[in-house]
Amino acid sequence: MDLFEHQAKELFASYGVPVPTGKVATTPAEARAIAEELFAAGNKKVVIKAQVKAGGRGKAGGVKLADDAAEAETLATQILGMDIKGHTVHKVLVEEGSAIKQEFYFSFLLDRANRTFLTIATVEGGVEIEDVPHDQLAMIPINALEGVDAAKAREIAVAARLPEVALDGATDIIEKLWKVFVSEDATLVEVNPLILNAADEVRALDGKVSLDENAAFRQPKQAELEDKDAADPLEAAAKAKDLNYVKLDGTVGIIGNGAGLVMSTLDVVAYAGEEFAGSPKPANFLDIGGGASAEVMAAGLEIILSDPAVKSIFVNVFGGITACDAVANGIVSAYELLGSKGESVDRPLVVRLDGNNAELGRQILNDAALPGVEQVETMDDAARRAAELAAVGA
Amino acid sequence: MAIWLTEDSKIIVQGITGSEGSKHAARMLRSGANVVGGVNARKAGTTITLEGKDLPVYGTVTEAIEASGADVSVVFVPPKFTKDAVIEAIDAEIPLAVVITEGVPVHDSTYFWAHAVAKGNKTRIIGPNCPGIASPGASNAGIIPADITPKGRVGLVSKSGTLTYQMMFELRDFGFSTCVGIGGDPVIGTTHIDALQAFQDDPDTDAIVMIGEIGGDAEERAAAYIEQHITKPVVGYVAGFTAPEGKTMGHAGAIVSGSAGTAQAKKDALEKVGVRVGKTPSETARLMREIMKNL
Repeated sequence: MDLFEHQAKELFASYGVPVPTGKVATTPAEARAIAEELFAAGNKKVVIKAQVKAGGRGKAGGVKLADDAAEAETLATQILGMDIKGHTVHKVLVEEGSAIKQEFYFSFLLDRANRTFLTIATVEGGVEIEDVPHDQLAMIPINALEGVDAAKAREIAVAARLPEVALDGATDIIEKLWKVFVSEDATLVEVNPLILNAADEVRALDGKVSLDENAAFRQPKQAELEDKDAADPLEAAAKAKDLNYVKLDGTVGIIGNGAGLVMSTLDVVAYAGEEFAGSPKPANFLDIGGGASAEVMAAGLEIILSDPAVKSIFVNVFGGITACDAVANGIVSAYELLGSKGESVDRPLVVRLDGNNAELGRQILNDAALPGVEQVETMDDAARRAAELAAVGA
Repeated sequence: MAIWLTEDSKIIVQGITGSEGSKHAARMLRSGANVVGGVNARKAGTTITLEGKDLPVYGTVTEAIEASGADVSVVFVPPKFTKDAVIEAIDAEIPLAVVITEGVPVHDSTYFWAHAVAKGNKTRIIGPNCPGIASPGASNAGIIPADITPKGRVGLVSKSGTLTYQMMFELRDFGFSTCVGIGGDPVIGTTHIDALQAFQDDPDTDAIVMIGEIGGDAEERAAAYIEQHITKPVVGYVAGFTAPEGKTMGHAGAIVSGSAGTAQAKKDALEKVGVRVGKTPSETARLMREIMKNL
């Protein structure tokens, strides 16, 4: 889960990392009120920053400086509702303007390739880090067993060639950011820019944090950080049913078992779709996992059927631990369950069962003779049939 | 022969008294694997009867090794306890630890990996979030169904469980020396490269299927490694061409970030070094079929 800038900064502040004073506004009037407070506190400028989980906000016109509260309100009016790389701006961060002497870049991240943590720091801050030449970057692996103490933090600041005057402040911030990184189970903590201000103080002027959802069981407070407004309604409904679902923009609903097989199913459907009118594509990712009980199958079908874009459904199961007869029974019960709720499966369903007890599963579906259900023997042929039915249904 | 897991392997299960641990220990026994016991500190000294066999429950991995000669541990403990379980296996210096558990925090995996490195890498870790390793006809450590394919001369390494099963099924007429599911997490112990080298060195493997998916750059690095070190034929498959940017597709590690980690980049990297990459699992199997027929 990625955090908004203001959430990242609030998190930083709770660990003692110095950040500019500011608050979030969802309306221009709120933005004005916050700006008034900041000007009353003696600030000469305030900054209005679009809160979206996308880079390049400045270039897109989503970050502006205001000299008075009225201007802050006007700018907030412009920025709220703006589209930045497909993200609509629903809130702005209004905070004190900083007199920037120098900009740096700092991050802790997960280095997948080397199976370790990594810090990247440089005096070339405020720009896209990908654009900074490698010889300008201090890239230092962090051993998970050792972590980052004051000495290590200073070593990082020195390696990044930060100026003498910034070393103490940066060391303190780096040590605290490490605590954020570990204590919050983050996979990324990035500050760009980390600044030296006119008073020679080091401040985190921006913040980007990604959190590991696998750690949710020990991070109960992080549930509040989730952006429920942005979630696709179908994804939110699926999540409430504990389904592993991702909404996509096609017309073939997909249900499968195992993340890899489902990803592969999406690809195979997209290739097959190229042969048909309108090139039908997958409408979703849905992994029903190992169990695949009738309840899970029914819940999955219900979510997919509630997507009006779906014209056909492809159930692709390779029975490993999952037995195909259980999957077939799941489909049969799902039809009954939906029927008892007054709903019906009104779109064609293509089923491919292989592996553990496949014969038995196919027999169960044949005997049940559910309306609109077809069985196809191989994954490729079944994908083609599902795409064809979506093209016809469109 | 096979890689890492043979008919001589003696397997213990960490978490054998739990529902997953006992279910899969029983499945492993049914498939002919030599499961010799389990570990649960709170139930040390008891026995658990699975498939008519009384298996001792030991207090620690070290005790289990001393008493039973175990050289493989399969870890089924819940995510909360996985870090400690793997560290225990590393400290006991068991040669192979297969971590099945899904949902392990990445800070924990990174920590136990650092611990393994600090201890001199005496324990090969497979996983976490993996189906395990199966050497058909010899042994089975994890949850891979044993009856999909007989023994043969193809080696398989995959990030995904069900795609492993699918590929085993597609090529069951040729059979496999060993199938390794390395797992779909961002930080894993054994990598594609480790498996490729082991298959290269295995006299009973003639060709290798490598299955990857979006996220990270493991496939790109495997491609570079193949060019330098692997002379046996390799066929590849990559899942996730249609995955949107920034969305995690089921596996914690399966995410396209910006332009990094795309299936296309991985396919291109593999093809550039002469690895043929199938568009679908079935096409991948066909490519391997051609290779095996011409060997």
